[in-house]
Amino acid sequence: MTSSTTNPSPTTTRSHWRDYPRFLWQAVLESVEGNRVFYIWMTMLTAIFLVGANAWAVQVRDGMQVTNMSDHVSWGLYIANFTFLVGLAAGGVMMVIPAYLYHDEEMHDLTLIGELLAIAALIMALMFVVCDLGRPDRFWHLLPGLGRFNFPVSMLTWDVIVLNGYLMLNLHICGYLLYMRFLGRRPNPKWYIPFVFLSIIWAISIHTVTAFLYCGLGSRPFWNTALLAPRFLTSAFVSGPAFIIVAIQVMRRAMGSTFGNGPIRTLVNIMRVTILINLLMVVSEVFVEFYTGGTHTSAAHYLYFGIHGHNLLVPWIWSSVAMTVTAAILLLNPKVFVRPWMMNVACVLAFIGIWIEKGMGMVIPGFVPSVLHEVVEYTPSLIEWKIMAGIWALGLMIYTLAIKIAINVFRRSPLAAKAQGGTTEEQLLAS
Amino acid sequence: MNHATPETETSTGVSRRTALKGFGAMLGAAAFAKAIAPLTEWTRDLSVDQFLQKHYKELSHIDLQIILRRLEKETKENYGADVSIQDYKPQPGVKFGYALNLSVCIGCRKCAEACHLENNHDRPSHQSYIRVFEMSKGSLDMEKGNAHYDHPVPQKDKFYMPVQCHQCDHPPCVSVCPVEATWKEADGIVVVDYNWCIGCRYCEAACPYHARRFNWSKPQIPANEINPNQSYLSNRVRPQGVMEKCTFCLHRTRNGKLPACLEACPTGARVFGNLLDPDSEIRQVLAHKRVFVLKEELGLKPNFFYFFDV
Repeated sequence: MTSSTTNPSPTTTRSHWRDYPRFLWQAVLESVEGNRVFYIWMTMLTAIFLVGANAWAVQVRDGMQVTNMSDHVSWGLYIANFTFLVGLAAGGVMMVIPAYLYHDEEMHDLTLIGELLAIAALIMALMFVVCDLGRPDRFWHLLPGLGRFNFPVSMLTWDVIVLNGYLMLNLHICGYLLYMRFLGRRPNPKWYIPFVFLSIIWAISIHTVTAFLYCGLGSRPFWNTALLAPRFLTSAFVSGPAFIIVAIQVMRRAMGSTFGNGPIRTLVNIMRVTILINLLMVVSEVFVEFYTGGTHTSAAHYLYFGIHGHNLLVPWIWSSVAMTVTAAILLLNPKVFVRPWMMNVACVLAFIGIWIEKGMGMVIPGFVPSVLHEVVEYTPSLIEWKIMAGIWALGLMIYTLAIKIAINVFRRSPLAAKAQGGTTEEQLLAS
Repeated sequence: MNHATPETETSTGVSRRTALKGFGAMLGAAAFAKAIAPLTEWTRDLSVDQFLQKHYKELSHIDLQIILRRLEKETKENYGADVSIQDYKPQPGVKFGYALNLSVCIGCRKCAEACHLENNHDRPSHQSYIRVFEMSKGSLDMEKGNAHYDHPVPQKDKFYMPVQCHQCDHPPCVSVCPVEATWKEADGIVVVDYNWCIGCRYCEAACPYHARRFNWSKPQIPANEINPNQSYLSNRVRPQGVMEKCTFCLHRTRNGKLPACLEACPTGARVFGNLLDPDSEIRQVLAHKRVFVLKEELGLKPNFFYFFDV
């Protein structure tokens, strides 16, 4: 919660100099306090993170030869995860839209959970990019002003802007709301409502620009399709809600309350639509690739059936298809609302299915066969898996702490008893 | 998420829980330091001057001279070789073009080997900027090509097609670079500032000719095999973790010499020259031979041409 919150009220500026550090200190205290499950969970994540940190240090020292990437498949597991996580960050907005555009009051109370997810997912996405750099020490070359920022020609510079912008927006919104709660004041809508609406548009932009990174390359026919950005967005609106639904239930179990039934219903209804649109787009692409045929479609052949005896991606993509289809069937079953296991299985399957589809199923086949039609296959190395696990562990730590701090700020806030409802995340814990 | 358990203070005023937390924090910090220890080994080779070095285009003449001497010193320290690193500028009125006669190329890969030696490529990976494809007669489809042939050449039913950087007039590798570490020079050569590249490999994804190479590790070259005649933008030994590419041997061609791959070709399949000179051999080829451009439909306007003379 290190938002550089602008002074929100006409009251004394001086008090913020005293109160804001107090707020931050409270957050720090909150991060190291918890029950046994909390300690076990955080210790486990720390251990996994350390394994990843070590693997990254080795990669920086010995060079990217420790990965299984090559001049033929020059992006791998890191960029696969990056792409998926940008989607997850954009997916967090699927709680904000019903709340602020459709005035779903119950969802209002939970939007903070989606915004905090966006923060954690963006931090992970940026870390994956840094881990993919051959020269992380030259990161400053990317900073506008200090380095040479190839804007607006390079889509990667657009991505740097939209991702960091989205991170700042969400840090501001969450930080401001929590800080006001901490002070026991009602948040002033003028200090966050415009930012919330901006963040809705911005969420769409982050995944669109990330798709443009790929689909703007004429040299890679597999990516060079106008359907890529819409597909990215649709799949993001599956994976985002899927994560939130599971997260809400974990939080309920940890706190023993029953909030969020309405929002879960809304999110399942969103997923019912988006998962079908996503499948429709997959079918549409598969049709074009296989009915047309020809050299330009050999990447799709490689992905789904393998070519010339090379078929490393075939099990990946069919697992993804099977998971997504099963999730769709489970979600469309009316009993999904009365049988939580059904919903949870559907969410986990959809989440993993999309992770494969946006990662191993999207990034890698862009490189196989290569631009000169050589078939060099790729499967991640142990170092790559370790770094991936480390970043995910850190992301989960950030998300756990953010949720924990947010909930306790609400619980302790002098406003909690009043439960004025409607304006903001006031009733996060009320029910 | 969870209720903070009230702490039970011991007689000393420090609870068991606080002590455990302190111990845990220390343990965590120590483990983190140990985990990222390999970074300190890596930074040993990394000087402050290197870290703060500006972009090639922002360097004054004196800045550049200091850097060239520093790079020579580093090559001596790291590889034990005495080398001379210069900065050769494009000549006015020159735009380089390259043409390759597919009718006479026999696929011997002498060009790829000459490139390997001339440009101080990593030895263990047999790196080279040129890939030679063995193609089936009757088809120009690269899918039917094979870069890994291992038999006497030329085979009767095959023809051979070397591919290297096409030095496009609209280079996608330059457009996508987020930090302007690669650009097109006045004489048409696309170059990389190896000390500015961040190693994101976006250019490698963007290139349709597989012209770019990444330094997956620190290049290994025995001291006695290092070509000492080097330049900043071409064949100096590259650092680990950056991109590199064919520069039409600019350290040779900007000094009136021919590219190493051309000199090595035993069949005379390669024609190199100034596209702006109407009397040059390459202009004669373009005017009178049956010329084609690989992947012309992408609209990148390459300055590398293939031709047949039958």
